[in-house]
Amino acid sequence: MAEPMHITEERLEAIREEAARNGKVRDPGMVPLASPFPKPAAATSYHGNPVLKPPTWTWQVPLYFFVGGVAGTSALIALVAHLFGKAELVRAALWIAFAGALISPPLLIADLGRPARFLNMLRVFKLRSAMSVGAWTLVGFSSAIGLSVVCHELALAGYGNTWLLVLEWITEIFAAFSGLILASYTSVLLGVSAIPVWSENRTLVPAVFLAGGLGSAVAVLDLLGFLVPATQFIGIVVSTVETIIAISMELRGRYVDRPLREGATGWLVRAGGILAGPVSLLLRIFWGHNPALRYLAALCFVVGALITRYAWIAAGRVSSRDPQALFQLQREGNKGIPGA
Amino acid sequence: MAVSAFLTDASLCIGCKACEVACKEWNHIPADGFTFTGNSYDNTNSLGASTWRHVMFLEQPTALGPQITGTEDPFRWLFLSDVCKHCGNAGCLEACPTGAIVRTEIGSVYVQPDVCNGCGYCVVSCPFGVVDKDHEVGTAFKCTFCYDRQREGLMPACAKACPTQSIRFGELDELRQQAQIRVQQLQERGYNDARIYDPEETSVAGTHAMFVILGEPEAYNFPPAPEVPTIHLASAWSAALISALAVLLVVCVAFAT
Repeated sequence: MAEPMHITEERLEAIREEAARNGKVRDPGMVPLASPFPKPAAATSYHGNPVLKPPTWTWQVPLYFFVGGVAGTSALIALVAHLFGKAELVRAALWIAFAGALISPPLLIADLGRPARFLNMLRVFKLRSAMSVGAWTLVGFSSAIGLSVVCHELALAGYGNTWLLVLEWITEIFAAFSGLILASYTSVLLGVSAIPVWSENRTLVPAVFLAGGLGSAVAVLDLLGFLVPATQFIGIVVSTVETIIAISMELRGRYVDRPLREGATGWLVRAGGILAGPVSLLLRIFWGHNPALRYLAALCFVVGALITRYAWIAAGRVSSRDPQALFQLQREGNKGIPGA
Repeated sequence: MAVSAFLTDASLCIGCKACEVACKEWNHIPADGFTFTGNSYDNTNSLGASTWRHVMFLEQPTALGPQITGTEDPFRWLFLSDVCKHCGNAGCLEACPTGAIVRTEIGSVYVQPDVCNGCGYCVVSCPFGVVDKDHEVGTAFKCTFCYDRQREGLMPACAKACPTQSIRFGELDELRQQAQIRVQQLQERGYNDARIYDPEETSVAGTHAMFVILGEPEAYNFPPAPEVPTIHLASAWSAALISALAVLLVVCVAFAT
């Protein structure tokens, strides 16, 4: 409770005298403590209200972005490992991809509310809607990776024949390429939206999501005990990419990128970038021969990549609330930095 | 059928909110609750899943045309009833993965409530921030342009309820002309900052709900140059393709060595 204003009797007399003398009181009067008094102002937006609507997605959606990234790139790893005859890796990578394909629909359904609603996605196919492309990709990918796993396990169990082998190769190839779409369409989904920070970073987000997906896929392989040179090599490359992206984020001066640098979302982006970038990279380069520390590097990358997904959605939410980010972009492109 | 349109005029609106009430009653939209925003007489703040007409209250330190207020500082109180723009090229319609959002024979953009699955992609794809997901129902809602009424030859509820003809309803081409005549009229009477808000030059390709406003569009939270997000499809997918090729290369090199 604020202190009550003490208006003395003399003050009231003075007001009456002034009113009697001039016909009005010039004094602006008192402004109650702690209350913004409405005053007409040359507004640059409607009462500072957001122009755009924030994303409505629940916490399962960024998790799905992450899972889809891991599953999709795992399918690619499985195919390439198969081509180069790394049998034990093929099986693990196939199962990781299959697990991702199994987890993804429940995550999406949790956001939609009812299982039957997912089927509405399959009424039409719209190339112009990244969400439609993604839904169909998930269906195609899941079918292909499911068949791959079945073929692979049947072959291992001794039921292998030429037809099974051909089917496995076809489904693996299909899963690998649809997997790349699965891992990247979510970034296109964000880039092709009205939210300024997503739209203006539409050429960067695919790199962020694919690097995060691939790095997490090899990290999961690492954590499952496949401490092979190939996963180490990929881990070092993607952590280098993450480091470069993290540094470039800090150097950006655009107003529209503020949610990626400032406030809680800025720290979230930073935390994700540091864990998946330099921390993971240094651990791999200097202590990669030590299994325990390589596990740690893998763990740091997975956590970092996961945080990064949440950070991008959260940054979009902040960006949607800022009318100036939108107005400034539309009025003058990305040149000026008002208030930065 | 002819393409129908709204022309909403800020110079005629008296802020009575009859349009909001009529819209809610006709369409059975739930109440927004009693919240005090402190933003003049506006307690709904923006369009949303349960607000399909939204009356804005603007307090500006500018004279209203030749009007004399008797106050020391110039002052004007403006009102405008905002609504879904029913874009010529609609971001929500392009984004919708279920085909729930369609273009009707009267040119409006309509969300079929039984087809929408609540994915929320239209919400982030509307350059005007109009459509929103109702979290209780779980699907997206916005102005239907009273599609049910228009099919029976009736004008939308808001236009019918408007007591000052601030909301005009008619054929798109005719209202576009009317808007120009009105702006010219207003400027001749000293309302120098009267203008049309109907982004025809951008990828939105004009709206079927046009506005006559006084002052800058930003003051009404109207984006000065709204674009349909799908104009960025090519650049976003190209970036994804390049990144995917890089991933393919890295994985191949890793296993080949």
